Amino acid sequence: MSLASTSPKFSELTVGQDIGSRSIEVTRTDLVKYAGASGDFNPIHWNGAFATGVGLPGVIAHGMFTMGAAVQLVTDWAGDPAAVVDFQTRFTKPVPVADTTGTPEPGAVIEVSGAIGALDAEAGTARVDLTVVSAGQKVLVKAQAVVRLG
Amino acid sequence: MTINPDLQGRSYPAAEVYDVGREKIREFARAVKATHPAHFDVDAAAALGHSDLVAPPTFAIIIAQRADAQLIEDPESGIDFSRVVHADQRFVHHRPIVAGDRLVAELHVDGVRAMGGGAMITTRSEIFALAGDGAAGGSRAAVATATSSILVRGEGQ
Repeated sequence: MSLASTSPKFSELTVGQDIGSRSIEVTRTDLVKYAGASGDFNPIHWNGAFATGVGLPGVIAHGMFTMGAAVQLVTDWAGDPAAVVDFQTRFTKPVPVADTTGTPEPGAVIEVSGAIGALDAEAGTARVDLTVVSAGQKVLVKAQAVVRLG
Repeated sequence: MTINPDLQGRSYPAAEVYDVGREKIREFARAVKATHPAHFDVDAAAALGHSDLVAPPTFAIIIAQRADAQLIEDPESGIDFSRVVHADQRFVHHRPIVAGDRLVAELHVDGVRAMGGGAMITTRSEIFALAGDGAAGGSRAAVATATSSILVRGEGQ
């Protein structure tokens, strides 16, 4: 099996190297879609009254939505989703998503950037450290994806 | 109600089988805004050496959270789901999840630590693929390990 020709070469990587960044726009509709796709129907992710009733600032994104969307930067860089052999994060701050239904505006924006955090020549893997920020706050901490490269 | 400290070390055996379907992979991929063709197009997945559509890196959460539900819904656990906050998550993939896989998860409660009036509970789902028709007693292969910590907030937290 071979990876796509666009895949990064292990030998050409250096620690600290930037793998790029992207901006993810999130709406309430996205949270409903994620709830359905994942089976996580906790009402804090779709019902404002319920969310404020349990002390949250309002409807918040699923932590797993943010984690799952953030890793797409790594998947696309790696050229094969299966190259991500290990992926972890801590959830530190919620991502409140405003209700912008009926407008073209997003309810939140998540900014993701990645850099090579470590290289393991024996295993042929690179660890990508992600920085994931929304509304000026780090929402994921120790977000690290280990990628197996050819 | 307080968290039962005896939960630590408890295991819940593999329950129902999860059949990984192509449309579920596509649906989940769209839901996390994934656009890689290997999630959508069988030929694109095959070009990378995969037998069928490849699931996104966090897809195993579906199976892991079903396994976690056994613990959360266990009346002996003392966990109030409305007070649960997801604290951390990790996936270690032993091989990719692809459409057509028949998966089961074994849940292990690795840690229970009191925090204020609440508790931090760490669980580990060992996810296996069943071989052939998936009959009980057949062989199975390790696919992924999903580790998760949840914080169950105590009163006033």
